[in-house]
Amino acid sequence: MSVQKLLEAHLRNSSSPVVSRSIVELVGKTPLVRINRITAELPKDVEIYAKLEGYNPGGSVKDRAALRMIEDAEDQGRLTRDKVILDSTSGNTGIAYSWIGAVKGYKVELVVPGNVSEERKKILNAFGAKVVFSSPLEGSDGAIRLAWKIYVEHPDRYCKLDQYNNPSNPQAHYDGTGAEIIAQTEGRVTHFVASIGTGGTIMGTGRRLKEFSKEIKVVAVEPDNAFHGLEGLKHMASSIVPGIYHEDELDEKIPAPTEESYLMAKRLAREEGLLVGQSSGAAMWAALELGKRLQKGVVAVIFPDNGDKYLSTRLWEV
Amino acid sequence: MAVKVRIPTPLRKLTNGADEVKADGANIKDVLNDLEKNFPGLKERICEPDGALRRFVNLYLNDEDIRFKDNLATTLKENDELSIIPAIAGGVF
Repeated sequence: MSVQKLLEAHLRNSSSPVVSRSIVELVGKTPLVRINRITAELPKDVEIYAKLEGYNPGGSVKDRAALRMIEDAEDQGRLTRDKVILDSTSGNTGIAYSWIGAVKGYKVELVVPGNVSEERKKILNAFGAKVVFSSPLEGSDGAIRLAWKIYVEHPDRYCKLDQYNNPSNPQAHYDGTGAEIIAQTEGRVTHFVASIGTGGTIMGTGRRLKEFSKEIKVVAVEPDNAFHGLEGLKHMASSIVPGIYHEDELDEKIPAPTEESYLMAKRLAREEGLLVGQSSGAAMWAALELGKRLQKGVVAVIFPDNGDKYLSTRLWEV
Repeated sequence: MAVKVRIPTPLRKLTNGADEVKADGANIKDVLNDLEKNFPGLKERICEPDGALRRFVNLYLNDEDIRFKDNLATTLKENDELSIIPAIAGGVF
């Protein structure tokens, strides 16, 4: 087929331009894929679909919230050329700020617990972000406190995006993730499962789905214990509760054990061909527990990132 | 051998809020057993039922990962410092 004919065929079959004007246009619109083998024991009318957020340019769901927070701050005049983007993060949001900052020409400064995975540290460095490490003994709450201290000392220098309290975070999911799931399931979705870190994903997506149908159940996944091995997840009862998180909007919370979540991440690689992180393992474990209780349903579950950022950890050593 | 043990925030509920406690033992395994005596529930958070270190927990002896030493059999000196650190960082989705 000639180049001209190939082009004509593409234009007939696609409403998208051949190239994107900027990599930021590639955030969102992630694939939704059916989980087949792991769900083999479920009733035949129970379908589980994973939303593969690792397909975002920065490799995680956090690209959505970070881009929205940055662009809203630009629109509001809070983020200007002379400001440095500042926030605390356990990794994925930091990676998102870093690459988006690189594209848009902003400096980025991040407070990160010293025990984030080595890959994350190297990726942040690759994108040119300045990283301040907080005590690994104090986890993400220690990073939150240190970031505020840095901000308060020089408020004129920074634009603090504050992912835990910034309404642009859930709004990204209301406009993006929620609408995409409705479209991708052709409105058949009955249950939505997502893990909680800031709560942005579950709050924004949940609101959009509930608006579409009050019958859709919104199910949150959190670590079963304050001392856990699920990177990025928050055990709410023992943590600083984010301002954007409203537990009363959830239908249910499922506590996920670390070891079973690791095992599920391994099964996802070996049975479904999906190399994903621990939080996806936790979300899938919870989705399967939910699926066992259903007779019929279409469950959409968020897989927040890929597994390649955890290769230096013992995640797959089961 | 008396050593200092640094406790991460999520486990401080078990140490009455203390971020650092004292413990005794000739090696790390003994220290964990001593901690369990004084702070019941602590050991099961750190170790599997068979006694091995949980995969998501790192123990650092004076800033060196014990997996690169003799693991739980690593012997201790007076005033050594043992830190219990989750292998990953919680908190952001």
